[in-house]
Amino acid sequence: MRQTRREFLKTITRGAIATALPIGAFKFLSPREARAAVASSNVRWGFLVDTYKCVGCGFCVKACKLENEVPYDAPVTRTWVERYVILKNGRMLADTPMGARDGFTDPKVQEQEVNPRDIAKAFFVPKLCNQCENPPCVQVCPVGATYQRADGVVLVDRSWCIGCGYCIMACPYGVRFFHPIYHTAEKCTFCIHRLVKGMNTACVDACPFGARKVGNLKDPNDPVTQVILNQRVAVLKPEYGTKPQAFYIGLDENVR
Amino acid sequence: MKSHVLRPLWVVLVVIGLILVARYFVVPPDFGIYERGFMYGFHRKSNEKEWEAFKVKYRTKTYCKDCHPDKYESNMSSKHHVIQCENCHGPAIDHPENPPKLTINRKRSLCIRCHAYLPYPTSQRAKIKGIDPKEHNPGMECVTCHNPHKPDMEGW
Amino acid sequence: MEGYIHGLEWTVKELFTYPNEFITWSIQIVMYPYMTGLVAGAFVLSSLYHVFGQEDLKDLAKFALVFSFALLLVAPMPLMFHLQHPLRGMEVFFTPHFTSAISAFGIVFFTYSMVVSTEIWFVYRKFFVEQALSLKGKEGLVNRFKWLIYTALTLGAYDISEEALHKDERAVKILAAIGIPVACFLHGYAGFIFGSVKANALWMTPLMPVIFIMSAIVSGIALCMLTYIVIMEWKKFRIKRARKPWEVTAEEVGGVELDLMRKTSKYLIGFLIAAITLELLDLVFRGYTAVKSWDILRSVIYERDFFKIFILQYTFGDLIPFIMLLMPRPTVRRLVVALVLVLFGVFMMRWNVVIGGQAFSLTFAGYMDYHIPIIPHNIETFKEGVMGALVIGIMPFVLFWGINKIVPSLKYK
Repeated sequence: MRQTRREFLKTITRGAIATALPIGAFKFLSPREARAAVASSNVRWGFLVDTYKCVGCGFCVKACKLENEVPYDAPVTRTWVERYVILKNGRMLADTPMGARDGFTDPKVQEQEVNPRDIAKAFFVPKLCNQCENPPCVQVCPVGATYQRADGVVLVDRSWCIGCGYCIMACPYGVRFFHPIYHTAEKCTFCIHRLVKGMNTACVDACPFGARKVGNLKDPNDPVTQVILNQRVAVLKPEYGTKPQAFYIGLDENVR
Repeated sequence: MKSHVLRPLWVVLVVIGLILVARYFVVPPDFGIYERGFMYGFHRKSNEKEWEAFKVKYRTKTYCKDCHPDKYESNMSSKHHVIQCENCHGPAIDHPENPPKLTINRKRSLCIRCHAYLPYPTSQRAKIKGIDPKEHNPGMECVTCHNPHKPDMEGW
Repeated sequence: MEGYIHGLEWTVKELFTYPNEFITWSIQIVMYPYMTGLVAGAFVLSSLYHVFGQEDLKDLAKFALVFSFALLLVAPMPLMFHLQHPLRGMEVFFTPHFTSAISAFGIVFFTYSMVVSTEIWFVYRKFFVEQALSLKGKEGLVNRFKWLIYTALTLGAYDISEEALHKDERAVKILAAIGIPVACFLHGYAGFIFGSVKANALWMTPLMPVIFIMSAIVSGIALCMLTYIVIMEWKKFRIKRARKPWEVTAEEVGGVELDLMRKTSKYLIGFLIAAITLELLDLVFRGYTAVKSWDILRSVIYERDFFKIFILQYTFGDLIPFIMLLMPRPTVRRLVVALVLVLFGVFMMRWNVVIGGQAFSLTFAGYMDYHIPIIPHNIETFKEGVMGALVIGIMPFVLFWGINKIVPSLKYK
């Protein structure tokens, strides 16, 4: 008796599984027509920062936070400006109060008085996501919630991010953080919503001095591409092999 | 299936089957590998469009100039022509529908972003006319004496 | 769950740090490799008997196996506590991104839990069948319920002939053999999660997975020994109080226990030596090669975290228990102290890796200090504070107590 019942159950279960399992469930990865597209894509967004032009007003940070709805009074920010003061004795002082949202108005650095006569050189360095060619933050996402577009911009899918923070740990530049409202990983999007409409990023528009520029690196006539090709530029922390696509004019060895 | 040894394997297969079924219903259909390959391009394609549809808030000077030609002209003829209207007045968004009024920010903190003097010889900052906010008429609004739209012409 | 910045409450920043830097990975990420380590260690201990026929571990093997199952259920809980969106955790199974070290954790963990539960099933199959048969048709709700559970657990395999049981034994042996590499992989994996983060100067070393495996086995063995001792002492105490002459004497229980522990501690010492050697090798290499990050690492290791690393971890967690275990004529009391210290030492190692790795800024010019929330005032400070860690720490024992009711793993005869 038991034997037959067991056999029956077995058949039922097997049948149920076979019918319940849609073919699509086994379709593990869908390569699609994807690969071909990257070669034909003629856009690769890149960034150019001229550290000589930056005066540390912080309008870029303000514009970024308001444009991209990053809570204004939170210390986290998608872009920020750093101040470096190198003294004649070689010592480096640096700070970025509130990411320089309100600009640099105090001569004190790291809450220290600095005698102007001791200063050898001082400058400001705007920072934002480098939209790396090999983004380590994307590599480590366990669920495919962050990704790189064909045009090089790295985005986060807020509806899929589980909030493990691995990408935050993996970025050598500290550009990622948890959004205070959505609690998902948050980062600079190069204002992709503006770029696709033919506009500049909010920070580029907000900069009065032209210290920030965004351009298409695949277009040899783009002014940004021209500068990168013809002038001496550097990237941040190249030793990590991330191939950053934000280029800096006048990058000092003290810049972190 | 004479031997009982493979029984747990069936249990395991059922569990895997359940996960696959759940996966079929939970994962969006456009989730897959796109342009940048599996390492960098594994995502839900429609998310790109969602980000592209994000609301633009900063509209730049071209948005302001038609309705406020006087302010625009006077500003464009001054040294402050490099500054966006929205840097001080806030993002236009869909002004005048939303918001109907933009802020008129008279705070000193706005001006000293550039005009607080910092003694940095190698930076452009030192070349901007600067003051020491603690010494220079503390407590007064800058606009009492300076016209922010056209600062070359002192006073109003 | 609105408007807070993850990490702001417990991170104190010093000097020059980037604005977005916080202690993003806090106590739960310390607990996570600690718990997986205990799982791996407990399983390896049980396998030493099943695969390598270490007869001296026979009594401990069954217990270690069931205990590792309880630990296994707890191992993903720290991650759940840590995730900002815990309900989305299942996505790791749905859209695994295998280039991520965390992603394959889902697969490895699934495989491993299947191996362990299957092994337990084979070990206990005879017991399940006996229970199911003897409970059949008995009156009472509890008996009905138990009968249901055991009947389900038999999976319909009622054959307990000599031949069938022999097959079970072979299956156990094979599964235990598969389980060892999977357990090591599971834990080496936890090490890989850290070791592969190139942005973190302290974590990035290929030694990390191996160090993690060794210290995992150390902590796993230590916890099994400790729990075993505590349970046996409790039984001894109960026997003494009950004074039932027909039961074994308390002295017998104690004698068996101490003898077994003496043998097990040999394995413990072996893995302890391997773990310490690798950790010191890593430290020596960093100092000798002195790459760009060494200045800030040195200031963290030798100055800011000196007490946590050299006093708490190496002295109290490694050196003192090492001497205590090597001393002749072990006593239960000395063993307990040594084992607690070993467990503490491995915990400190995890702490010094996870928190220590975030103690310095990516700028290499600033520091971050972790002030662990003790009294929680919201869900965030509960989950990633002392309370959350305690919940995780107690959970395996609660689960073991429950599981042990169904699959009794402690026989002292």
